[in-house]
Amino acid sequence: MATSRPTFLATVLQENGAAVLDAWMREQADAPTLRPDLISEAELRQQSSELLQLLGAAARSGDPVSGVGWDPVREFLSSLSVSRTAMGFTAVETATFIFSLKQPIFEQLRAVVPDGKRLVDELWIATTTIDALGLHTTSVALEARERLILRQQEDMLELSTPVVNLWDGILALPMIGTLDSARTQVVMESLLQRIVETGAEVAIIDITGVPTVDTLVAQHLIKTVTAARLMGADCIISGIRPQIAATIVHLGVDLSNVATKATLADAFRLALRRSGHSLGRTAPRKDA
Amino acid sequence: MDRIPILKMGPFLLVTIQVDMHDRLALMLQDDLTSRIADTGAKGVLIDISALEMVDSFIGRMIANIAGMARVLDAQTVVTGMQPAVAITLVELGLSLPGVRTALDVERGMALLRSFQDQPDEAAPPPRVDEGAGAGPDE
Repeated sequence: MATSRPTFLATVLQENGAAVLDAWMREQADAPTLRPDLISEAELRQQSSELLQLLGAAARSGDPVSGVGWDPVREFLSSLSVSRTAMGFTAVETATFIFSLKQPIFEQLRAVVPDGKRLVDELWIATTTIDALGLHTTSVALEARERLILRQQEDMLELSTPVVNLWDGILALPMIGTLDSARTQVVMESLLQRIVETGAEVAIIDITGVPTVDTLVAQHLIKTVTAARLMGADCIISGIRPQIAATIVHLGVDLSNVATKATLADAFRLALRRSGHSLGRTAPRKDA
Repeated sequence: MDRIPILKMGPFLLVTIQVDMHDRLALMLQDDLTSRIADTGAKGVLIDISALEMVDSFIGRMIANIAGMARVLDAQTVVTGMQPAVAITLVELGLSLPGVRTALDVERGMALLRSFQDQPDEAAPPPRVDEGAGAGPDE
């Protein structure tokens, strides 16, 4: 492989690796981002020396930082970033771990590089390299976090739309959390699907767990009710709290075509009556 | 070109749409159905669309129109078996079919039509309780 130019970074890491490591460990020990509660010094030293060795090998390969020669370093940093995030390190602390390598390397370079102009070039190479590696750990941490958020969102979407069969021909849909367009779509589809599957004639949409109702949410609710009606099922909206009733009236939302009840119990009673059931007490109330 | 059959069952007409609706078929159905209602004096129409997997705005409007025309011709209209996807599409298109009765399947749709049929007889002599006599029997 045609090495473009042997950088002093490679030389420094190869010949003065031990000195760099010592200086780096001192740097890390002084840094405010050191977390002795999360990682022991021996473990930190072991990680640092492993990273330095990989760095030296990569620098000797002569590839640019984005090249194949740096793959082992990036892999090591990815796993380091993931494990540190799992241990409770913040992304800033992990990146600072990499960035704190600058000072020791600069010192070594200053001692080794002969003339001033060359020193500036070498410092530039070293600093862009370390920046790229530090940013790599941050982006890995961010990606992991984003995947986690995405998975949790999907979980929430699944969890928050159960359709419960309350009685023969009566479904209930207890909605919890904020309603947005995506969620309402899922809610609507799962409710209509269950109506087809069970042949239920009454569906109760309970919004006790919905914190706020704005015009958009009301619109979604009306759409769901209308779609259910088109399929031949009646909808009752229950769990309307006083504040939400006030909001609905203030917003001028027209719910006059929809049966609304204050509590799920009221709605259930209405649903039973509509489907021809009757309820009666066979024993007197205990506390009576 | 095939047509959508309109079956007569007693005082009712039964239309089941088993093929993909296209525009000409829908227009023909509209003409056929209105003339059959006028000819037979049917009191109820049941349109089963359980096999209809998708609708566009035109077909959605045709369903609404057919139902509306049947109602004007003094026949109660029940649309049965609408698929969830179709229902969502119609709602998104703003076609909520006001005034059209719906039922989950043909059986319940027929029961609904029969209950309309029975209603005039029941309603004719309303068991009129005196207004001031007291609260209604229900609740």
